[in-house]
Amino acid sequence: MSLVGSYRFLLNGEPIEVGVPGMRRLLDVLREDLGLTGTKEGCGEGECGACSVLLDGAVVDSCLVPICQVDGHVVRTVEGLALQADRGARLSPLQAAFLETGGAQCGICTPGMLMSAVAYLDRGGGPDEDAIREAIAGNLCRCTGYTKIVEAIALAAETGSRPMKD
Amino acid sequence: MPVEPPVESPRLLADAYAMIAAGSWRPIAGGTDLLVQITGELGPPPEQVIDLWGLDELRGISVSDGWLTAGALTTYSALRSSAVVRDHLPVLAEAAATIGAVQIQNRGTIGGNIANASPAGDSLPVLLATDAVIVLGGTRGERDVAASVFFTGYRRTARADDELVIRVRFPLPAGRQVRFRKVGTRRAQAISKVVLALSWRTDDEGRWRDTRVALGSVAERPIRSGAAEAALEGALPTRETAAATAAAVAAEIKPIDDVRSTAAYRRAVTAKVLHRLVRDAGGW
Repeated sequence: MSLVGSYRFLLNGEPIEVGVPGMRRLLDVLREDLGLTGTKEGCGEGECGACSVLLDGAVVDSCLVPICQVDGHVVRTVEGLALQADRGARLSPLQAAFLETGGAQCGICTPGMLMSAVAYLDRGGGPDEDAIREAIAGNLCRCTGYTKIVEAIALAAETGSRPMKD
Repeated sequence: MPVEPPVESPRLLADAYAMIAAGSWRPIAGGTDLLVQITGELGPPPEQVIDLWGLDELRGISVSDGWLTAGALTTYSALRSSAVVRDHLPVLAEAAATIGAVQIQNRGTIGGNIANASPAGDSLPVLLATDAVIVLGGTRGERDVAASVFFTGYRRTARADDELVIRVRFPLPAGRQVRFRKVGTRRAQAISKVVLALSWRTDDEGRWRDTRVALGSVAERPIRSGAAEAALEGALPTRETAAATAAAVAAEIKPIDDVRSTAAYRRAVTAKVLHRLVRDAGGW
C-alpha cells in the first residue's frame, strides 16, 4: 500500500492527473497542488460551504471529499464558470447577476455561493425565494444578509442561465 | 493541514470484507463525518482508511415483500428524490431533508449515519420508530440486527470490526403512521437539540397500537421511550393521553447540558413536541 496514488478526473472540462495521498482533501488538491485558489476554505468541517464545488454536477463541500473518491469523476470550480469567448473570458449570466445586484461584499463566500447556485439553476431551479434559500442553506455569508445573493440567483433564473457543459 | 492516512478503495464488496477481516481499517462512506475527524482535533485520526464509496453493491433502494431496503451508500439526496421512498416511507425522505444542507445530503449516507452512531444522528430515531433492521456483512456472512438493539452506547454499536453496515431494511405494515420532528438552532446545518420519531397504527376503536417513540440527542445513544410508549399504547389520542405522554417522557429521559442546548430545554421541548404530535393526530 503506497501513500501516494494517481488520480484522474475532469476539472473544468480538462483532464487532470495528480499524484497525491488518497485521503488528501479535494480542497487541498485544488488549492495547493493545482493552484486553483478560487475555491476558499472557511471552516474545514462542512458547515460554511465556502469550499463548495460541483462533483458530477452535484454541489459538495470539497473539504469533506478525499481525492480518492474523485478518481474518474467530473469537477467544476468557480474558475470554470466564466464563458470562454474569442476576445477572452466573459462572466456567466449568474456571475453577471451577482455584480448587477451587489451580491458580493468581502467575497469569501462568493465562489461557494456561485457553485451552489449553478447546481440549483442547472437542475431547473426558478426564481422562487424559498427554493433559492434552501439551495444556499449550506453556504454562510457574514456580510450581505443574503438578500442580494438571493436576488442575484433569482435574476439569473429569470434571465436564463442555461446549463453549462462539463 | 489534516493528516492524510493511507487509504485503499476496493471495487468489490468481497475484497472489502477480506481487507477488514485481515486488518484494522476505518471505513469511510460519504466522508461527512470522517473528513472532520482527520483534522486530529477531535481525537486521534484513523491509522488507515478503507474507502467504501466505489462499492456500487451497496447502492439502491427497492421494495419487495412488504419491506423497503436501502443500500448503505444511499445518500440523503437519493432518499429525498426517491419515488419509492416517497410512496412507501415518506418520513424517511422528510428526515433526510432536515440533515445538513444540499452539500451534506449529496455525500452523507444512511449507512454512515448508522455506523457513526452519533446520539444526534437524525435518521436514527426513524429507524427505531419503524422497527428497521440493520444488515451487517463480512467474511463470516450476513446478519440482521434490529435497530432497537444496534446502538449499544455512546458511538458504540453491535457492528464488529470485521463487519460493514451493508443495508437497512424497513418493514412496511399496513396502516402505520409515522411522524418526525427535528429541533435545531436553524432549519439547515444544525446538529439536533432534540430529534423525535413517533409511529403507531389505529385499531377499530381508534386506539393506538404498536406505538413507538424514538428520540435522539437526549441520551448517549438514540433511544426509545418505554414510558411514553406505555402511555400511548391502547389509548385514544385525547388531551389526557397527550398530557400523560408528555409527562411520562419528561420524567423518563435524562438529557445533558452541552454546547448545543441544556438538559432542561431538551426535556421540555421533547415533551412539548410529543404533546403536539398527539394533538395533531387527535385533531383537537
